[in-house]
Amino acid sequence: MQGSAMAQTRSIVEIRNVGKSYRRGSQVVPVLENITFDIAEGEFLALMGPSGSGKSTLLNLLAGIDSVDSGSIVIGGLDITTLSETDLAAWRAVNVGFIFQFYNLIPVLTAFGNVELPLLLTKLTKDERHEHVEIALRAVGLSDRMDHYPNQLSGGQQQRVAIARAIVTDPVILVADEPTGDLDRISAAEILDLMGKLNKDLGKTIIMVTHDARAAEKAHLIRQLDKGIFSDVPS
Amino acid sequence: MFLLKLILKNAFRHKLRTWLTVLGITIAILAFGLLRTVISAWYAGVEASSASRLVARNAISIIFTLPLSYEERIRQTDGVRIVSGGNWFGGIYIDEKNFFANFAIEPKTFFDLYPEIILPSEQKAAFIRDRKGFVAGRKLVEKYGWKLGDAVTLRGTIFPGQWDFVLRGVYRGRDKNVDETTFYFQWDYLNEKMKKTYPQRADQIGFFMIGVSRPDIASDVAARIDNEFRNSIAETLTETEKAFQMSWIAMSQAIVTAIQLVSFVVIIIIMAVMANTMAMTARERIGEYAIFKTLGFGAAYIAALIFGESLTISMIGCAFGIAFTFPAAKAFGDALSTFFPIFNVEPKTIYLDIAAALVIGTVAGIFPTWRSIRIKIADGLRRIG
Repeated sequence: MQGSAMAQTRSIVEIRNVGKSYRRGSQVVPVLENITFDIAEGEFLALMGPSGSGKSTLLNLLAGIDSVDSGSIVIGGLDITTLSETDLAAWRAVNVGFIFQFYNLIPVLTAFGNVELPLLLTKLTKDERHEHVEIALRAVGLSDRMDHYPNQLSGGQQQRVAIARAIVTDPVILVADEPTGDLDRISAAEILDLMGKLNKDLGKTIIMVTHDARAAEKAHLIRQLDKGIFSDVPS
Repeated sequence: MFLLKLILKNAFRHKLRTWLTVLGITIAILAFGLLRTVISAWYAGVEASSASRLVARNAISIIFTLPLSYEERIRQTDGVRIVSGGNWFGGIYIDEKNFFANFAIEPKTFFDLYPEIILPSEQKAAFIRDRKGFVAGRKLVEKYGWKLGDAVTLRGTIFPGQWDFVLRGVYRGRDKNVDETTFYFQWDYLNEKMKKTYPQRADQIGFFMIGVSRPDIASDVAARIDNEFRNSIAETLTETEKAFQMSWIAMSQAIVTAIQLVSFVVIIIIMAVMANTMAMTARERIGEYAIFKTLGFGAAYIAALIFGESLTISMIGCAFGIAFTFPAAKAFGDALSTFFPIFNVEPKTIYLDIAAALVIGTVAGIFPTWRSIRIKIADGLRRIG
């Protein structure tokens, strides 16, 4: 894992003139319009905005799980909008860690199995995978819950497992979609502290979508989206 | 290994639904196996037939006979190794429900022609010595509890009167497909009694069983025999034993076809049930498949998960179905031994069971896989929550 303790000034994400719309029957609904901005390496960015503002869509585009209608997204020097579906899947496996609102763990797998999942796409041996999973679970404070299934864990613990799964491959960016949206206040605070530590201690670049102002406060930078465009002026 | 573990865990996530589906497949495979065994039983005579044996009968119909004098002329035909005459007797033992096949045969040649019918030499000698003697298959003897030396009376239908016999031998089949429920007695006994009671029916043979020197000349020999008796008072129709057996089955072809259709309908029905199960499963897990795709797993992995689960369920059902087929076939065969003297589950039936289960599992997985692969990750993730 990266050991950088400070945010770097180099841009890890470069978004240029990105546009995205959805079809609803015969209607075309624009979601994002001409979005351009950079994210520095080691940044902790919070994307905020009302429902339907396009923040989750933007996050999906950044994470390579949705495709742009126009513009480009360059991450780590690679324009991901030019990649095929297969190449994009391979790119995601190496470069992006995902944290979802509802944890999205596989219920039939233990915490260990869930964290091991992304490593199955690597060339690591079983022993190496084992070692990586243990490190990741230790990092989120769940080394004693390895053999527990998701339904045997609290919401906060499940989200920790999801975070361990997100960081186990040491990705370039972490994307989090409302990571505290399904948690009580105490668990939410713990998760945000953990994400803050990942950013501060391990230098992880984090892009987080949230409705929660308290969650956004943990970020270095907050951007407001409204009706598909940035409504703030970045400082 | 991980994939296999995941497939197994997924297959039993909804235990009740999975076991009910397994039960459905088990019953379907069992029914399919039994129906295929019924069809095999129908064709048992054909399967047991030899390529080096011919059967000559009256060209008009099997119910008409041929003169005994033909026997020697057939024996003289080039390529003929051995000839043995016989008649379908159609006798009834006590009651009509006790049906079993009974034939008048020429014992001196019959057993040479049918080496798959194993009769101890001393019993064969005793049978030949006793004009009223008969030999019966092992299963028939067991069924009626007969012992060597027992007197058995058949009531004649085609050949009227009470016919008394003495059990002189018990044969067994060399192969599994040899019928062990047949009753054979001496043709001479039949003929002598006919001479006394219905002289016009004496010296008449129902069919000649002919052994040829080589299987490859069988059709030529058949043609020669038929040519020999062309334009005679009783023209012959000589065909291979297999064709002769097939001509009997042809009479009940509609039933066989109906059974075949039903066996496939059973598979199609369970295929629809299984496809429904897998469609429900995949619909419930669409979010999970989206997570797999998000993490970088490709379409092949998703397909392996769905097809793996579908095939796991269908093959478990298949295994149970096959396991139950054997005792069920035994019970079925015992209950219907009168109609199906040979009721064995053949390896071919097991292969068909396995093939049917593979088809069920594969077909059931096609639509859910196609749907799961096609769905966009963002749309799939929206289904969670």
